[in-house]
Amino acid sequence: MLKKRIVLTFPPSLVSQPITYHLVKDYDLMFNIMRGVITPDEEGRLVISLSGNKKSLDEGIDYLKKQGINVESLAHDIKWHENKCTHCTACIPACPTEAMSVNRETMEVTFTKEKCIACELCISVCPFKALVINF
Amino acid sequence: MAKTIKEINEKIKNGKAVVVTAEEIIDIVAEKGVKAAAKEVDVVTTGTFGPMCSSSAYFNFGHTKPRMKIGGGTCTLNNVPAYTGLAAVDVLMGATACQDGDPKNSVFPGAFKYGGAHVIEDLVAGKSVELKSTGYGTDCYPRKVLETGIKLKDMNEAVLFNPRNCYQNYNVAVNLSDKVIYTYMGTLRPRLANANYSCAGQLSPLMNDPCYRTIGIGTRIFLGGGEGYVVWQGTQHNPNVRRGDNDVPQVPSGTLAVMGDLKKMSSDWLRGASFTGYGVSLTVGIGVPIPILDEDILKHTAVKDEDIVAQVVDYSVAYPQLKPGSLCEVTYAELKSGTITVQGKKVQTGAMSSYSKARKIAQLLKERIINKTFYLTEAVSPIPSVGSDVSVKLLNEKPIKHKA
Repeated sequence: MLKKRIVLTFPPSLVSQPITYHLVKDYDLMFNIMRGVITPDEEGRLVISLSGNKKSLDEGIDYLKKQGINVESLAHDIKWHENKCTHCTACIPACPTEAMSVNRETMEVTFTKEKCIACELCISVCPFKALVINF
Repeated sequence: MAKTIKEINEKIKNGKAVVVTAEEIIDIVAEKGVKAAAKEVDVVTTGTFGPMCSSSAYFNFGHTKPRMKIGGGTCTLNNVPAYTGLAAVDVLMGATACQDGDPKNSVFPGAFKYGGAHVIEDLVAGKSVELKSTGYGTDCYPRKVLETGIKLKDMNEAVLFNPRNCYQNYNVAVNLSDKVIYTYMGTLRPRLANANYSCAGQLSPLMNDPCYRTIGIGTRIFLGGGEGYVVWQGTQHNPNVRRGDNDVPQVPSGTLAVMGDLKKMSSDWLRGASFTGYGVSLTVGIGVPIPILDEDILKHTAVKDEDIVAQVVDYSVAYPQLKPGSLCEVTYAELKSGTITVQGKKVQTGAMSSYSKARKIAQLLKERIINKTFYLTEAVSPIPSVGSDVSVKLLNEKPIKHKA
């Protein structure tokens, strides 16, 4: 199960459409509305957190774009505090994209930000709070 | 070729001791053989850096004016309750103590962000913590309330005391159920999604002296960045278990009780740990030097990860319900590779203890010995080994008779 936080900007023509209904029904995605400003006949903005498997997430986001909705990632990321990390490797099996990885020679952990999808699965498994989410 | 600890200390003093880590000795023995290596090498250093719940620190705060009896009263440090059933200004902080008001697992899974282990870490880092205490007041200790900031340097004594540490081997934890479980071995995802272990394998102190020939009561050790001593066998010490041809236990076995001056330790080697849904623990860095007194002792220090096995145990049912047996055995070489095979399935591994920190501890201890800042001690008494009558028992519950 992956989680992605996105900002949706709706043109006035789409404000009355049941977009999120289709995300649930057609793409089996769970959503949690974090913030929303929707006024009839005006542009709407919605910050939502979508959860589902990777394929459904990609397809669901593709669907939103095809509807003419502007989709942007929420400006947030995972920060790895190297000074707090003990290189225990508890995060390694939790990370679905190998953004957290181990050099098997040194047995030291590294974080490759480019690979991170901010699914947040690592945060609660780190006993030392070395992984935090930045908004 | 038998050497004595006295002779080795003399060599350390003269800058002639040959000191290597428990990793380095493996290659030396492979190259030169046991006999030549035992002649050449004087000390092998080991290391481990893993969470151990059976950790605590006790403090003497110094007396207030007028005097106050915290003993039998209440005391919190940064809102974490300390044990006060001691003398007037002696208290003990346990690693797993939770802050007053922490929802714990009533909001499941609990985050356990701050507890006793974090108080110990903060104090060692030189931070000021809030001490709040109440006493009941006596003729000799009239004061009843105390609220003050306090630092480690303000205290008379501050001593790290671990009733149990240095577990000689440990389980590999997996989850066969259909839901996530939260354990002291970390978060275990359902249907064998991950396997967590917690041991430094070939670097771990008791793996290198499997029958406790040199490690005993009085052995001086690297503890939390400072120095400490083995003071007893640890709780749940269980020497009479199944062992391999190399004498290394194949299930959790020996343990050590250790203590040392907290004021000389460092928060690099003493870290509070929060296990989601489980609780707080203290990760403690320990390094034990092994004097090479004969070939048998040296042979044991050359143990390799591929020759040490651990049991894979299901923590959804088998562990909590004490069902005997394990799913399979794996070696520490396999665990460290990142993947093991359980019930035909490839499972990703993660560790709770840090191998890279264990390696640094063995290296640091080696440097201290070479730099003549650390000398070896002779054990004053051995800890129970194979053939002793020590074993671990389950609690035999008995009904309590209530008086009418």
